Amino acid sequence: MTTTGQPRLLGTDKPPTLVSRLMDNRWAGLAGLLVAVLAPFVIATPYALSVMTSAAIFVMLAAGLNIVVGYCGLLDLGYVAFFAVGAYTAGVLTTRVGLPLLATVPAVLVVTVIAGVVIGAPTLRLRSDYLAIVTLGFGEIIRITANNLDVTGGPSGIYGIPSLTANPVVFYYVTVAVVALAVLGAARLGRSRMGRAWRFIREDEDAAEAMGVHTYKVKLAAYIAGAVWGGLAGVLFAAHLSAISPTSFTFLQSALVLMAVVLGGMGSIPGVVVGAVVISLLPEFLRDLADYRFFLFGVLLIVVMLVRPQGLWPARSKEALK
Amino acid sequence: MTQLVWNGLFVGSFYALVALGYSMVYGIIKLLNFAHGDLYMLGAFVGFAILGAAGGVSPAMTLPVLLAVLVATMAGTGLAGVALERIAYRPLRHAPRLSLLITAVGASFALEYGMRAGAGADPRVYPVRLDGASFEVLGARVTLQQLVLIGLAVVLMAGLNLLVTRTREGRAMRAIALDPRTSRLMGIDVDAVISRTFFIGSALAGAAGVMAGAYYGKIDFLMGFLIGLKAFTAAVIGGIGNIPGTMLGGLLLGLLESFGTFWLGGEWRDVFAFGVLILFLTVRPTGLLGERVVERV
Repeated sequence: MTTTGQPRLLGTDKPPTLVSRLMDNRWAGLAGLLVAVLAPFVIATPYALSVMTSAAIFVMLAAGLNIVVGYCGLLDLGYVAFFAVGAYTAGVLTTRVGLPLLATVPAVLVVTVIAGVVIGAPTLRLRSDYLAIVTLGFGEIIRITANNLDVTGGPSGIYGIPSLTANPVVFYYVTVAVVALAVLGAARLGRSRMGRAWRFIREDEDAAEAMGVHTYKVKLAAYIAGAVWGGLAGVLFAAHLSAISPTSFTFLQSALVLMAVVLGGMGSIPGVVVGAVVISLLPEFLRDLADYRFFLFGVLLIVVMLVRPQGLWPARSKEALK
Repeated sequence: MTQLVWNGLFVGSFYALVALGYSMVYGIIKLLNFAHGDLYMLGAFVGFAILGAAGGVSPAMTLPVLLAVLVATMAGTGLAGVALERIAYRPLRHAPRLSLLITAVGASFALEYGMRAGAGADPRVYPVRLDGASFEVLGARVTLQQLVLIGLAVVLMAGLNLLVTRTREGRAMRAIALDPRTSRLMGIDVDAVISRTFFIGSALAGAAGVMAGAYYGKIDFLMGFLIGLKAFTAAVIGGIGNIPGTMLGGLLLGLLESFGTFWLGGEWRDVFAFGVLILFLTVRPTGLLGERVVERV
């Protein structure tokens, strides 16, 4: 095994076109945030707000998975497990213990970090494709466990989770603020010393090891960061729906998040955000195609990998441009 | 006790049959074919379609008809596996491993939901049930159909083992597993051998699908997902890429599950199986019969 992750980026040696200049524009992030903030002024039915809140939470999930898959090149097929761990921890602590939702956040952090270590520690020493299938198994373990235990409410799940506010508009803005911070945090992490080590591992793990990067520790760090992002998104999810059940945390969900990351562009923050918004809003516009939707997603995954593996909005190496 | 062992061996022979395809493909081109479990599902549906097209089956002719359907289905899923390799995997053979894995996930998704769009989301009832008398062997209740299915699985696996160890084709496969570039220099048509490997592996999965359909009586479009995972677990336990090891792994996983279900209850069966997978990967990632592979730069 010599290389993992993205192949050489296309188009980096071509002169910038209008589109690529727009994509590289540093204000793109702020423009995206502006769209999210202004959206309720365009359409603010309760249903539309709910859809938009879900889309924002999905963006946070995609940003978290991007740390693991996009930056570090580790394929995680059970990412929704961390989402479930976060949502269930928050749900159990609020309904069974009676804590307010915000007070559960430290506990969620601790539990997701533990979950990340438990699943990452034994498997990150192995070949990357083993990791993929173990995470897939782990996702199933979490879902089945939630389905079997009494404290998690069994198949019917937990309901009556208190929200942060009673007003859906306020909750939407809170979600957008949290997600924006999460996306910004993921982007900053990607540009840090740790982020460079992640991308080095993605490009060539053996070379990274030879250069003195402690690959195991660094991979574990990426995995734990991804777990924390997923767990916090889970808290938002629990607060948003006020009811959670094992059916929300199937492999389908993990695959959809992966789809968003791959479609947008692995390792590219704007790409991943756009990919997540597209994947979560598309079903609203394509109701007639409901039966073929997932089939098309599968075909699209193959086509993207064959034709444009860098995704729709690829990451550009800042180092190379300077 | 013997009942548990027998049940375990029976389920294990299914796992082994599916795991062999996984293991062969992995052994030769180091690709985890996520869509392999879905080829098993495809096999069950192809068998279902053939049986449906043939109309009713008289009870006396069940077994010969089932064998004929089995052969036809194996050809069908085998070709589907070859097509999958040609379209989705071959263009990416030299691409980074992550791309290949993601493509495999996409292929799995496309097969599952393509089948759902084509055949509907509701489970289908298989038109053939193998009903046989049951008798007691050492205190375990054994049915004739179980014996027939296990016999079929054993014949298929023995045939595969002969193919890989004794024929020219098998020698070419083993050579490619060791070193594809040198194999090409030695005059082996690498692409053709990989195609045929996919054909054999997918055909075995298809056979298992038909057998599962005839035994359990119900099929649905997601039936391949879980067994794909289990087959991978079996392959890892035995040593992925190693054919006798994979068979052993399948039987062992069946036994472990059978006893795990007995001790912990049926609802924890899958958790137990994946727990075993994670334990094995931690303690002995090469599996029982696998060799340690040194990573070369």
